[in-house]
Parts: sequence; structure tokens; C-alpha cells
Amino acid sequence: MRVIARLDIKGPNVVKTVRTEGLRVVGTPKDLSERYYAEGADELVYMDIVASLYQRNLDFEQLKSVSENVFIPLTAGGGIRSLHDIGMALRSGADKIAINTYAIKDPEFIRKAAEVYGPQCIVLSVEAKKTGEGKWEALTDGGRERTGIDALEWIRRGISLGAGEILLTSIDADGTRKGYDLDLIKEVTSFSSVPVIAHGGAGTPADMVEAARAGVEAVCASSLFHYSLASFNQVKGALTEAKYPVRTI
Amino acid sequence: MKILPHIVIVDYGVGNLWSLSKALAQFADVEITEERQRIEKADAIILPGVGTFKAGMEGLAVRGLTEAIKERARAGVPVLGICLGAQLLLERGHEFGEQDGLGLIKGEVVQLPAMPPGVTMPVIGWQEVVPTQQPGAAALFAGITNPFFYFVHSYMFVPKEESVLAKTTYGGYQYAAALGEKNIFGVQFHPEKSGQAGLKLLENFIRSIKQ
Repeated sequence: MRVIARLDIKGPNVVKTVRTEGLRVVGTPKDLSERYYAEGADELVYMDIVASLYQRNLDFEQLKSVSENVFIPLTAGGGIRSLHDIGMALRSGADKIAINTYAIKDPEFIRKAAEVYGPQCIVLSVEAKKTGEGKWEALTDGGRERTGIDALEWIRRGISLGAGEILLTSIDADGTRKGYDLDLIKEVTSFSSVPVIAHGGAGTPADMVEAARAGVEAVCASSLFHYSLASFNQVKGALTEAKYPVRTI
Repeated sequence: MKILPHIVIVDYGVGNLWSLSKALAQFADVEITEERQRIEKADAIILPGVGTFKAGMEGLAVRGLTEAIKERARAGVPVLGICLGAQLLLERGHEFGEQDGLGLIKGEVVQLPAMPPGVTMPVIGWQEVVPTQQPGAAALFAGITNPFFYFVHSYMFVPKEESVLAKTTYGGYQYAAALGEKNIFGVQFHPEKSGQAGLKLLENFIRSIKQ
């Protein structure tokens, strides 16, 4: 089981949003990424949360500064809309690229990107909002825009197009610290042939164990680590106790 | 002051060279290059890579680097292949059709076998690596107390047993994680993305370089 810290980036800062509304600065991308690396994060997600909305590119120089002393896998996302963008992000220290908004506009982009860079490089980022019993809608632009697209169908399609991993965010749970949307996770892990990363709502190590039981291969959190609600060691201790193997440092 | 060994990272159009160069720069004078002349002057050669076997060999060929790398390796210059770069060291690959590799290590590159239900592919994640008793294994993994490394792949190298320096297990299946013969080494994982364990392995490789 991988334990991943997520950095939501806005300009020079790491911010934390609550249900995409309230927004608080929690630090700088470089400081937080180096701290999480040293403390035992298995992976980082670097997500520019406004690039897509403003149709901007990632700040590749910032990405380089974030990755220069951080020797664990890094997934970068936000505003990715061309093969050139992917190439630039990979040359700036990213190993994997998260794509949401542009993939929904042009699903073939997933296939093209996976053909050039390999499926292992292409992470389908899905922002799912519950619309009814067993129903979720895929949102775009950092959870701001509705699409009318069924999230589960979209994930099936994304996998068939070549996405190598699913970063599954529950927009409803995100920022609540009340636990992941386990129903959503179970639905997706029941059919996904590629690894699923749970994101949105983790408030305790026990929440992460629950996500592991629901079938994910990685758990991702932001608030939990930003506000030191638990350390990486505590999370990994809980996972180990529940018999999920983790990397120790 | 000790002069750091000069190592080149071969840039043949694939892979995250930024992280690798930053990791190696802690122990060596690092140059990223696609020029044959620069590669011929280096104290050691790093062959990185992400992507398919075919694209990798074509990337070397189109830059006119295939023979230069083989020549330097046979002349005794230390070579470390990483992920796809390690696979290219072998004789043949089978990804998108059969394709000749560099042939510096005997063996082939084949797809990982079908996994039990619920075990996802490609392999993406941290795995424990166990060094073998072969010569060279102890030096490459010296001082690594928590041997967890980051793997991302769906093909694997299958060298002769005596070239296997470490093994790992995924989905209950055990396979080679590191290989080596004399001055030539290859790792299936990404040391530049494997935290302190990975940095230590890179340092061990660089310490093996005799200037």
C-alpha cells in the first residue's frame, strides 16, 4: 500500500480547499514536498488547481524546484492539454501526469498520451460528485464544472483508452476529514484493472485502512498531513497492523 | 580535493532525466548528452529510460549511439541501465515485436506473466528487493538497510541466473530486479525515485568507478 501526500497548488502556495470553496494557504510547494519526502511519503501529487480553469500551463520551473531534492515518484497535474505539456512536466521532474478536464473534452487524448509515454505515466484524475444512490458525476476544473458524465462509465472508458492509474477524488468527502467515500471506492475497485488511488476525506489513519479494505492500492491525503493530524509513520503503522504491506524507511 | 567522476546520462528521447541528474549530482559530475563524442569521454555511462523496448533501441540508433555504448561497455567503462535502459542491455526484446537489444548481457526481455485476479498491471509501486549471493550484489546493495525500491513496468529482463544480483516479488511471482556482469549493471526499478535506498545504490555504483 502506497501512502501519498497531495499538494494543491495555487500560484506560489500550497492551499487547501474545503468542498472547493474556502481556501487556506498551508505552505510553499518546495518546503512541504521536501518535508513529506523526509517524513516517509511514498509518493507526491502536485496539482495546480487553477491552471485548467484559467487555461494556463503548469509552472514548470516551480515543479523543477519542488522535485530537485525529492527522490520519490511525483504525479503532476492541472491544465495538461497537449503531448508537449506532458513532455515538459516529465522533464521537470514528474513521473506521472494526472489528466482530468482535457481528457473529458477529448478522450482520445488519453489514448495518444498513453501510446507515446506509456500507460504507467497517465493517471486519470476523476472528481466524482454523488448524484444519487450508487451514482456519481464526473466534474472538471477542480470540481467546479459539471459535465453530466457518469463517473463510473467514464473511468471504464478511461481505462480502455489506456489510463494506467485512477486518482479517485470524492468531491463530497474532500476536506471534510470524515473518511473516504467508501461506496464510490468499492464500485471502482470492483472493475478497475489498474491501480486506484483513494483521495478526499481522510481524517485518521483508520480511514486509510478502510480504503485499503475497499480495494485501493494507494491512499492519498492532503489535510491529514498539512495539519499533522497523523504522521506517515502512524498511517503506515495502522496499515501494517491491518496486514497491508508498506514501505518502511 | 577529490575530483568527482564524470558520468554521462544518455539522452535518447525518453524518461525523466531531471530527477536522475539531481540524484547523481550528489556523488558525481553529471552531464546529460546525446552526443557520441561526449559518451566516449565519460568515466561511466548511465542508460536511463521509460517507454517501449522498440522506441528505446530506435532512440539510440537514430542518434548513432548504439555502437559507441557497446564499445565503451566492452572496453570496461562502468554502465548502469535503469528500467528500460537496463532492459536494452540484453540480447532481445519482445515488446511490439521482436527487436535486438545491445546484447551486452545474455538473455531476453519478456512480458511479466499473467497475474492472479485482483493483481493489477503494470507493476506500479514499492517492492522489497533481496540481493542474491552473486559476485557484485553485495557491493551494489551495500549499506541499504531498508531495500524498498520503486518499480514501474510490465516487461522484465530475464538474464542467466549468475547475472541476477537481486530479486523481487509481485503478485506472488519472483523475478530479477537487478543484474550485473563485471562493469555492466542494470536495475528494473528507479533508484532516482526510491528515496534514500535508491540514492545509496547510485552512490555504490559511482564508488565502483575506477578513474
